[in-house]
Amino acid sequence: MNRALRLIRRRAISSIPVLLIVVVLTFLLLESASGDAVDAYLLSIGGGDATVAQSLRRAYGLDQSMLARLWLYFSSLARLDLGWSVAFGRPVLDLILERLPNTLLLMGSATALSFGLGSALGIVAGAKPESIMDRMLSTCSLILYAIPSFWLGLVLSIVFAVQLRWLPTSGIETIASGKVGLARTLDIVRHLVLPVAALALIYMALFLRVMRSGMAEAWTLDFVLFARSKGLSRSRIVLRHVARNALLPLVTMLGLQSAAMLGGSVVIESIFAIPGFGRLAQEAVSGRDAPLLMGIIVVSAVLVICVNLLVDLVYAALDPRVGASEPNS
Amino acid sequence: MTIATLSRRTLLQAGGALLASTALPNFALAQGTAAGGRLVVAADSEPKNLNPSIVASNGVFFIASKVIEPLAEASFDGKDGLAPRLATSWEGSADGKSVTFKLREGVKWHDGKPFTSADVAYSALNIWKPLQNLGRLVFANLEAVDTPDATTAVFKFSKPTPLQLIRNALPVVSSVVPKHLYEGTDIATNPANVKLVGTGPFKLTEYKPGEYYRLTKNADYWGKGEPKLDEIIFRVLPDRAGAGAALEAEEIQLAAFSAVPLTDLARISKVPGIKVISKGYEALTYQLVVEINHRRKELADIKVRQAIAHAIDKKFVVDTIFLGYAAASTGPVPKNAPEFYDASVPTYAFDTAKANALLDEAGYKKGANGARFSLKLRPAPYFNETKQFGDYLRQALAAVGIDAQLINADSAAHQKAVYTDHDFDLAIGPPVFRGDPAISTTILVQSGIPAGVPFSNQGGYENKELDGIIAKASETIDTAARTELYKKFQKIVATDLPLINVAEWGFITVARDTVQNVSNNPRWAVSNWSDTALKS
Repeated sequence: MNRALRLIRRRAISSIPVLLIVVVLTFLLLESASGDAVDAYLLSIGGGDATVAQSLRRAYGLDQSMLARLWLYFSSLARLDLGWSVAFGRPVLDLILERLPNTLLLMGSATALSFGLGSALGIVAGAKPESIMDRMLSTCSLILYAIPSFWLGLVLSIVFAVQLRWLPTSGIETIASGKVGLARTLDIVRHLVLPVAALALIYMALFLRVMRSGMAEAWTLDFVLFARSKGLSRSRIVLRHVARNALLPLVTMLGLQSAAMLGGSVVIESIFAIPGFGRLAQEAVSGRDAPLLMGIIVVSAVLVICVNLLVDLVYAALDPRVGASEPNS
Repeated sequence: MTIATLSRRTLLQAGGALLASTALPNFALAQGTAAGGRLVVAADSEPKNLNPSIVASNGVFFIASKVIEPLAEASFDGKDGLAPRLATSWEGSADGKSVTFKLREGVKWHDGKPFTSADVAYSALNIWKPLQNLGRLVFANLEAVDTPDATTAVFKFSKPTPLQLIRNALPVVSSVVPKHLYEGTDIATNPANVKLVGTGPFKLTEYKPGEYYRLTKNADYWGKGEPKLDEIIFRVLPDRAGAGAALEAEEIQLAAFSAVPLTDLARISKVPGIKVISKGYEALTYQLVVEINHRRKELADIKVRQAIAHAIDKKFVVDTIFLGYAAASTGPVPKNAPEFYDASVPTYAFDTAKANALLDEAGYKKGANGARFSLKLRPAPYFNETKQFGDYLRQALAAVGIDAQLINADSAAHQKAVYTDHDFDLAIGPPVFRGDPAISTTILVQSGIPAGVPFSNQGGYENKELDGIIAKASETIDTAARTELYKKFQKIVATDLPLINVAEWGFITVARDTVQNVSNNPRWAVSNWSDTALKS
């Protein structure tokens, strides 16, 4: 367990400069975009005169210099205060806490589904490389991977929600239904089926292909030959020896994909009208809401760092070689 | 504003092609009962300030107009084009320096307190005049509001103010909020700006950010037998394809403001149980306008501007970009404002040869590569149609030897580039005609407006005669004389082309057949929906 603690400590320290860089880059990026929060707000209300614009800029602190605002942001961030959203007129933390659970639910389910299904199908395909089954699965996964997620989302919605009416078209739960407890949970699950499928199917293809190629490679290795010569059953060789070895790169991928999936959820959340993180980020950008966008990015970065830490821990558990060479402190 | 009285027959004819589905047997499943029921509506934005007396914008009105009422609402057949709401009558004095409103009796706020003239006086002096985006202009000369009794409010102006303007502006600028909740507080941050308290047919009872607004019936509403609905839910659906799908799946019953894109209308109008309605936006006409930066030497030449006008095929724009859901414009006042509209202005027929000849005359000969000069063209990104018109205009200008460089930016960036930095040669904008030219139309051509004011003349155009007419109209009391001034205004704009008006359009409402009394006034989507009902 010592190993795990060391890993966590090392990660926590190295994540601080990462977070700093992320915040500064986001700030500069948003700063370099033309137009500010007042331009965006005046547009949304259909115009206003110069005095209104001026007093709003003063109220939002936009009349101060860029460095002053960046410094102000850092000093409040150091006090764990994420600031005030100008586009929503509410504290950033409230907005984030309101939306984060939805996104975590969407991302978590989609990751679990794509990882589970992808690795299972990958094992099926990799059990006998170049077989008909393998070719079929590989082709299907390639096609799935090539489909843009927004398109898949729309098609799933048209077929299953509009035409067959099996599932709701959008939302996270039935609006103003008053459902509680189990009924509410089931309602949320029903609403999540399509968005999770749209997000997961594409990443599933990726996991499938990595698993499959890992297995195809493992088949050629000596220890597999040894296992076969020992007279082990084929299923035992596939699961215990080939698949287990091919699983390692998949775990690495899981960490990398968690970031990509956070990005992919922007599109899916918009299509399925799920009030999540991605949609909030999109609204923050179009509203030039710097505090909100930076809050979202900081929390996302923390999220990705945590997932990667988790992946490293799992990795260490799966492969005893990882971290073993660390010097003891 | 006066909206031409339309008979039921002409309305049916006008919408005939679109309303084809009404001829089909009622296919919709029973939802709700004869009276009452829940209407679910698509909403695409969640304004942070929902108070229509501060933010008079369509996005706010869409939700808030059911909760907070104006003194009067626009009407197809009422006197002065108005239907009384919180005011029952209005009268101007001969010198134009006062307007007397008689207020409705027995009206209660949602918190049970009585509505009185003090609320109107407070709203006018403390909110409409100093804080509201449009009221600042309309009530610029408002000095005091006398309240001789609880149901009379007398507006006193320091300079003669045309009653015609006040009347035309009433539906937009006169949302009344309760004095007892605002007095002595910071109005801009008052919690009542989000948790609305009004006199309207519905109370705002729940808001779940990112999901929905719930409005419930106000049992004490002053309108007899109204509201008909028990509940209205505004469901937040940010994706354009989402509203159409939700309508088809019967998860929502109505989508206004063209939430269903034009390209989907032909298909969705064939779905049994769904109707497509192009009525109900007559007083919210949007105009497709080419904004011109007169600081550019070439564009300061009237011949070049005429050539650009001749290069645009308005029929193509209406038929192909708006799929017929628009009309070609002749000038700065739309046909939907018959009180002011003047058709006898110079027009610019689509004529590439003439445009080329005008450009030759102006001295801009085609160069070796076939181009005369190059321009920066910025289409506003707010609507699909403004972006598509940008693509069209580039091609139309290429046909007459003008090389337009398209610059696409998002809303905030476009806003800053055009209205603050003047970093454009041509821009495509969608200004709104709000019932009277003085509200948001004259500002598009008037000179002397500081940089940074959105939807105003930022092209550096200056015409003393035009400025004079605009100034005179703002203090002309006599309705006929004032109307005449605006006819002259239209002639000058159409002749001198400070900007080019291309097309004008209203939005489209798509609703299930079960929704009754839809689009029965010229600002329907942003009116109070007290008579809207669901058929079982």
